[in-house]
This record gives sequence, structure tokens and C-alpha cells, in this order.
Amino acid sequence: MSDWEVVIGLEIHAQLATRSKIFSGSPTAYGAPPNTQADLVDLAYPGVLPVLNGEALRMAVKFGLAINAQIAPRSIFARKNYFYPDLPKGYQISQYEQPVVGKGAITVLLDDGTVKTIGVTRAHLEEDAGKSLHEGLANASGIDLNRAGTPLLEIVSEPDMRSAKEAVAYMKKIHTLVRYLEICDGNMQEGSFRCDANVSVRPRGAAKFGTRAEIKNLNSFRFVEKAIHYEVARQIELIEGGGKVVQETRLYDSDKNETRSMRSKEEANDYRYFPDPDLLPLEIEEGFIASVRATLPELPDEKASRFARDFALSAYDAGVLSASREMGGYFEAVVAALGQPHAKLAANWVMGDLSGMLNRDNLEIGGSRISAEALAALLERIVDATISGKIAKEVFESMWSEGKSADAIIDERGLEQITDSGAIERVIDQVMAANPKQLADYRSGKDKLFGFFVGQVMKATGGKANPAQLNELLKTKLSGAQAAPARLS
Amino acid sequence: MLHDLSIGELADRLAARELSSVELTRHFLARIERLNPGLNAVITVTAAEALAAAARADARLAAGERAPLLGIPLIHKDIFCTDGVRTSCGSRMLDNFIAPYDATVVAKLKAAGMVMLGKANMDEFAMGSSNETSFYGPVRNPWDPTKVPGGSSGGSAAASAARLAPCSTGTDTGGSIRQPAALTGITGVKPTYGRVSRYGMIAFASSLDQAGVLARSAADAATVLKVMAGFDPKDSTSVDAPVPDYPALLNAPLKGLKIGLLREFFDGLEPRNAKLIRDALAVFTSLGAETLEVSLPHLPMSVPTYYVVAPAECSSNLSRFDGVRYGYRCESPKDLTDLYERSRGEGFGAEVKRRIMTGTYVLSAGYFDAYYLKAQRVRRLITDDFRAAFEKVDLLAGPTTPTPAFAIGAKIDDPVTMYLNDIYTIGANLAGLPGVSTPCGFVDGLPLGLQLIGPHFAEAKLLGAAHQYQLASAWHTHRPRGYE
Repeated sequence: MSDWEVVIGLEIHAQLATRSKIFSGSPTAYGAPPNTQADLVDLAYPGVLPVLNGEALRMAVKFGLAINAQIAPRSIFARKNYFYPDLPKGYQISQYEQPVVGKGAITVLLDDGTVKTIGVTRAHLEEDAGKSLHEGLANASGIDLNRAGTPLLEIVSEPDMRSAKEAVAYMKKIHTLVRYLEICDGNMQEGSFRCDANVSVRPRGAAKFGTRAEIKNLNSFRFVEKAIHYEVARQIELIEGGGKVVQETRLYDSDKNETRSMRSKEEANDYRYFPDPDLLPLEIEEGFIASVRATLPELPDEKASRFARDFALSAYDAGVLSASREMGGYFEAVVAALGQPHAKLAANWVMGDLSGMLNRDNLEIGGSRISAEALAALLERIVDATISGKIAKEVFESMWSEGKSADAIIDERGLEQITDSGAIERVIDQVMAANPKQLADYRSGKDKLFGFFVGQVMKATGGKANPAQLNELLKTKLSGAQAAPARLS
Repeated sequence: MLHDLSIGELADRLAARELSSVELTRHFLARIERLNPGLNAVITVTAAEALAAAARADARLAAGERAPLLGIPLIHKDIFCTDGVRTSCGSRMLDNFIAPYDATVVAKLKAAGMVMLGKANMDEFAMGSSNETSFYGPVRNPWDPTKVPGGSSGGSAAASAARLAPCSTGTDTGGSIRQPAALTGITGVKPTYGRVSRYGMIAFASSLDQAGVLARSAADAATVLKVMAGFDPKDSTSVDAPVPDYPALLNAPLKGLKIGLLREFFDGLEPRNAKLIRDALAVFTSLGAETLEVSLPHLPMSVPTYYVVAPAECSSNLSRFDGVRYGYRCESPKDLTDLYERSRGEGFGAEVKRRIMTGTYVLSAGYFDAYYLKAQRVRRLITDDFRAAFEKVDLLAGPTTPTPAFAIGAKIDDPVTMYLNDIYTIGANLAGLPGVSTPCGFVDGLPLGLQLIGPHFAEAKLLGAAHQYQLASAWHTHRPRGYE
């Protein structure tokens, strides 16, 4: 494997979150009955004409600004001609030679902590096609044109990625970005965010790229990773076996975890691109760009570095907490309620217990059953030593399942921590008395038994003994330094 | 007779309540019934709808409303979508197509109170210069039934010339309004590209197509154009500029107007035809205009340029006719490819197929630069030629066509000869300029047209010049025998 270098470029299709379609007034909502969201323009009736949805343009420009790309002062819509039943006009309106967004770049944080810059070649506006339906129809195919004309932003990367992991990191970063910008809902099950991967291999150190295969329509991060792994192995095996990679389009079959040839370069359509005479060249003025720039939110990288700086978090933690605007907002709300000095505690809980619970219940942060304020109130009880961290986890789970406040659960169940050293000492004494053998062993050098005594005391107090106090008192007692040891009997 | 009156005169009678729109509509419907079989100009007659629309117009008139087109009948070229009425575009492909909406042009004229009598025959998908490519058969020229009326708006031209309606709509992609107007002895206006909405007008070549009017006088055309023109948010290529009051501007004096004679248009023109054009220009100079010769060196390349650009666009525009959602579908297709091949193979006629093939070829990988891109470059040069000319002159003048109407069947088997018939009209389309054709005499009993071309949005000036010429001449008042 190490003799080969993997080269990957991605073409991501992000469905823009406009209310209406890119060239018609039909709604874009997902899941409506077939052909109920297609008007005469979407159905390509004779005589109808496309009119660009200004909101789609605004979103494309927003993306361009967020990746520091040049916004083309003049771009062209072109027709991509081919016959297919889900393409009512017989051509797709796209952008070919002059896209609206030019060269830009984003950075990704890799597992080893390094930051890598990945180039974005271009991003262009285009319309989606409809869908062919084959199920439940005998000797016929159905066509649903609800999706026809839905605005897409196709984001084309440079061939800058060198592993499946890098490709996934890049795709995740773009996914984060489009949701930050509120230009795409990022819903991959519904196909709102999907990608094609161009994959090739070359001998390490070679100057020229190998022949690439394009893998179509990958609609999950996991599939991207698995499809690339499969494809890389296939290409290496092919070359090492004396064969040659051919330029072709391949389809990833997630059930079989393999890629299959769809069509070769020779079979590829001649799309006969030419400028669409129904749409004038798109002229974008500085004023428009400035107005879009004014709507840019704090971007993920900016938020992450602010978190790292202001809350003294590691780059990794800051990255995780800024992965979505909602996550960042939640975290900041917890910190605001709890106080900045406890930001690290807040970070640990949001990334740990809260994220775990969200994952378990398959929820987004917006669907959390514990509000940021409620979580802060729980953490407050750790900070003021009312409960231990361990008890807090229990309280957290109850808050999640019962929807009550931390204080209510602590009161109800008497979970308040024991901080009276006299009381803790009494329990320690009882435990030492009940376990003479362990005591003797400890005192003869078996330090590991310390944990045993902590456990016994915690068990006897229902976990409520203040852990720091307990540690200190227990150390003293076990060493027999102070107070008369209990008599052995 | 009612059918000899101008739109202005008819409007006055309607306004005075001496005549009702229903009476007027009945009069023209009766003429269509009697005279159309010899012409084949109208392929759909909407008598019931027309009478209902006329009754509505009469009600508006009775309520005191007055408008220049209220209650005036017309015929629409069958390229315009008309809600609930078959819109065939002259093709078998759309023989069964009932449009579910009105084109913007249709909607505007309807709102102005015009009464649609029916739909006019045309070359299939507006591809033709003789109206012989129509699925519904050729249209005959009212001046001589053995001759073509021109095309593609041949039905519109013949109908207006034969007084089956006071006026008709047309579209002009390479001369399709001006050329048939010239060959049938009427006035045809092709407005500036973007002046009139293309929404609902079935596309042939989107960057060239423009809707306009065919009428018996420049004054009538001005009245109709004023209502048709204007920005349409549904057409991204329509221009958001105010519409001048064309009828009010018809009487601007011609004194000092500089008219450029297009040298290239007179090269090789038959002497009798050239004389008629020079006679017409003498009328202009007698009215105070100056004439001077100008040259547009790239203009002779307009026909080959057009026959790359127009087919390229049409090959893509006509892809939607696939037998899937509407229009002609072949019997029992075996599979998808068979459905496409036979529906299109059986639904389109020979000329349409020829242009789709040509267009597909010039856009193909490996040929795109040599044909399509080069044609676009020449198109730019031709546009620049016109721009330079309009720095020296106000209007350009020349013949509309090289010859009067030719015989049905004479050129249909020789596409290149047929294409050359549009040699004088195509330039204005390539440059997006407005043009007018006005009758300027007869050769062997057949009318000939004088063409005037203006700078962008100079419709008022063009119509004014044509109107002043018509006041000083009588060619536009001649009536074809049998259609008096």
C-alpha cells in the first residue's frame, strides 16, 4: 500500500435551501406526492422560460465569500444537453465555462492534529433533475418531477486529498459550512447533500496523476470512506496485476460494498454545452457582494479559534464544539450561565455526556431534552460541591429521562453530598473495622487497596461522600497517623 | 366594406356604437369561412370563443370603456400558446397539444379587448421561408394561389393581406414577419430583441426570436405593437424600458432623417426590383430625408452565421418534444430509445429534422469552436457593422427580399436556395435590431417590400418613417383580387 499514493477530488452537490425552485416558482419541499410541485416551467411546456431565483444566487455568493473565493463579476448559464425522462427540457441548465464562484479554499483538521488546506476549484449553480420511479409499476416507469429544478450548488474540489479520511474530513467541513451559512439543510438521507468522488492512485513520488474513476452519488460520510477504500484497493490490485485503470464512471453499491462500472469515457455523452440564450449573462455588482458579505455569520474556523482562545480549549475541543452553529450556540449558552472559568467543565459535559445521549437517541443538538440553562444549573452543583461529578452523571440521566431540574432531582433523592468530615470519618471507621484483613494488607504495603476502601465508603454513603474530602480523610485514617486505631478483635 | 377599414376607423365605429364587436367578429368569421379554403391561412378557427370575447368587448364598450383595440379581431400565429386552444406550431408533434396557458403577448392583447378569431398556419416550428414546411400544408398567396406567401408567418401574412382579420401576430427569427409581409403586400414589424415578451411563444432560436405584428398599415401596426410591447418578468431577456406611444409618434417629420442605403443589399438585385426600392427612397427624399450609401462589410456572412446559430439553439430547444409529457407519441414503443426515436422521427417534418441535425453537429465536441464559436464571433462583427452604420445614419433601407413571391414547390427541395431568400432580413435578427417591411410596388403583379432597419428600440422612428411613406404612396392600399 505504501508504494502508492491516493489522489482524491470531490464534487459535492448541495441543495440550496430556497423556498422555490431555481428557475420557477414551484416549492422545493421534500416528500410531496409525485408531480405536485412541478409547474409548467418544471414540466418544460412549450413556450415557457426560466427566470433565475435571486435567493439561489445570493446563497451561492455567500458560499463563495465563506471560502474566500472570487465571485465572478460575470458568469454564464449553459445548457447541458442529453435525453432522459427525468430531464424534461432535454437539457439541464448549469454553469460550464464561467461559474459564479471561482477558486477558494478551506482547511481541515486531521486526526494527527495537523491542519490541511484543500483547494476548491469552483462552485456553480445548476438545477436538479427529477426522479424515475420503477417500483410498483408493471412494464412501465414513472416520473416524479417534484425535484426537477431544485437549486443545487456544485462544489468542485482540487485533487488535494490523499486518503479517504481526508476526503471525509473535507466533506464534513463543507457540510458544516453550508449549514452555518444556512444555505443547505445538509440532510443526506433526503439527498440534500451528496457527492461524487474522483479517485486515482499513482506510485509515490510520481509527478503525473493516475487515471481516475468517478464514483457517483455517495450520500453518506461512511459510504464516501468505504467506497474510496474499495476503489483504491481495486485500482492498486488492477495495476499490480499488470492491468490499467480506465477512465470511467462507477457506481457504489453500499449493500455489497463495491463499486461497479456504469459507463466508460467512450460511452460518455457529448453534452453539447452552450450558453443558455434564455438567460442573460449573470452580472454581479460589488454592491450585491457587499450586501451578501454583511449577512455572513461567524464561520466555523473563526468560532473555533475564538473558543480556543477565550475558553482555553484545545484545538480539537474547539473544533468539535463549533461543528455546527447550534452546537456552538448551546455550548456558549452553558458557559454564559456557568461562568467563563468553568468553560472546560462545560466543554467536557457537552462533548461527553450530552453528545453521548444525543447520539443514543439520534437527536441533533436542537432536539436536546436538556436545555443549555438546565445543564448549566446541574454543573453549578458540581462547582459548588453540592454533588460529585459521579452523582452528577446520575442526575443528568434522570434529567434527560424525566425532564426535571437538577435541583429537584438532588432534593427528591437526597443526593446532596456529605461534606461533614465527622460524618465521613465515622463511616471510614466502620469500614476499617469491618475489613481488618484488607486494612492489615494495606498497611503492609498493598497501596492498591486504597481504591477498595474508597469504594466501600462510597457504597456505605450512597456515593454522596465528597470525593476530595474522602480521599484526604481516608489517607490519614488508613495510615493510622492520627486518632486511635480501632481495636483489632 | 368593414374589412377595408383600418384599426383606427374600426375603433371609432365601435366607440360610436355604430358597430358592435360581435358584428365585426361575425363579418370576419364569415370571410374566413368563405375565403380560407383557398388560402389555408387559418388552421384553427375559434368562432365560439371569438363571439364570446366580442360580446365581452361590447359589454365593456357599453359600459363606456374606450381603448384602441377594444373589440378589434385578430389572428394569432399558431406559435403563441393560447389557453384551452390547440397550439400546434405547424407541427404534427403538437397537433394534439391544447395549451394550458396564454402567452404574454396573447394575454396582453386579450386584456386590451382584442378578439382572437383563430390561429394562423405557419412553417413547422417557424422553420421555413415559404410556409411549405407546415404539417397542415402550404398557405397560398392571396395575390396568386400558385405562389408562396413567404414564411414562417405565412398564414398570418396571407390572412391579413386577404382581410380575414384586421391584423395578425407573427414571429421573426430570420425574417419571418418582414419577408411574408413583403410577399403579401402588407406591413410587418419585427421589434428590437427584448422589446416584446417571448413567454409562451414556442421557441425556435431563443436569441433571435421576436414577436411582432402584421397589419395593413404602419399606423395599425403601431397601435397593436404599443400593447404587445413591454417588460415581462417571466422572460429574462425582455428589456425593462418604457414603451413609447408609437401611434402618437407617427407624425414626426422626416426632414433631416438620414437613411443609409445598404450597398450589400443592392449587389446583384434584379433591376426591376432595385428600381422599386430606389423609387421608394425617392419618396423619402421628397419628404425631406437624406439618403446616403453605407456598407456593412460582414453582412454577406449573415446567412451562414444564422444557419449555425439558429439550428444550434433549435436542436436544444426542441429536445423537450420527446413524447413523454405532451404532444405526439408513437404507437406502442418498445423501450425508451424507441419512444424517443419514433416519436421524434414521426412527429417532426424534414426541415425541422435537418436543422436539429445541423444544430447538433455544430455543438458537438470537436466542431463547437469551428462552427458555433466562430458564428458567434461573426455575429458580433455584424452587430458592430450595424452599430458603426448607425453612427452615420438614423435608419438603413433596402429590399426586404431579393424577389417577389416564388412558386409553391420551386425551392422546397433546395434548402440553400430557400435559405438565401432571407439574405436581407437575417442581419437585423443577428444584431437584435428592429425592422419594418412596407409595400413599395409590384413586379409582375406581385408585391415587393421595402425594408427599414433601425437601431435598438427605434421602433417609433421606423414606424413613423413607414407611416409617412404610406401617406405619400398608395402601395399598401392595393387589394388582392378576389379578396376585395
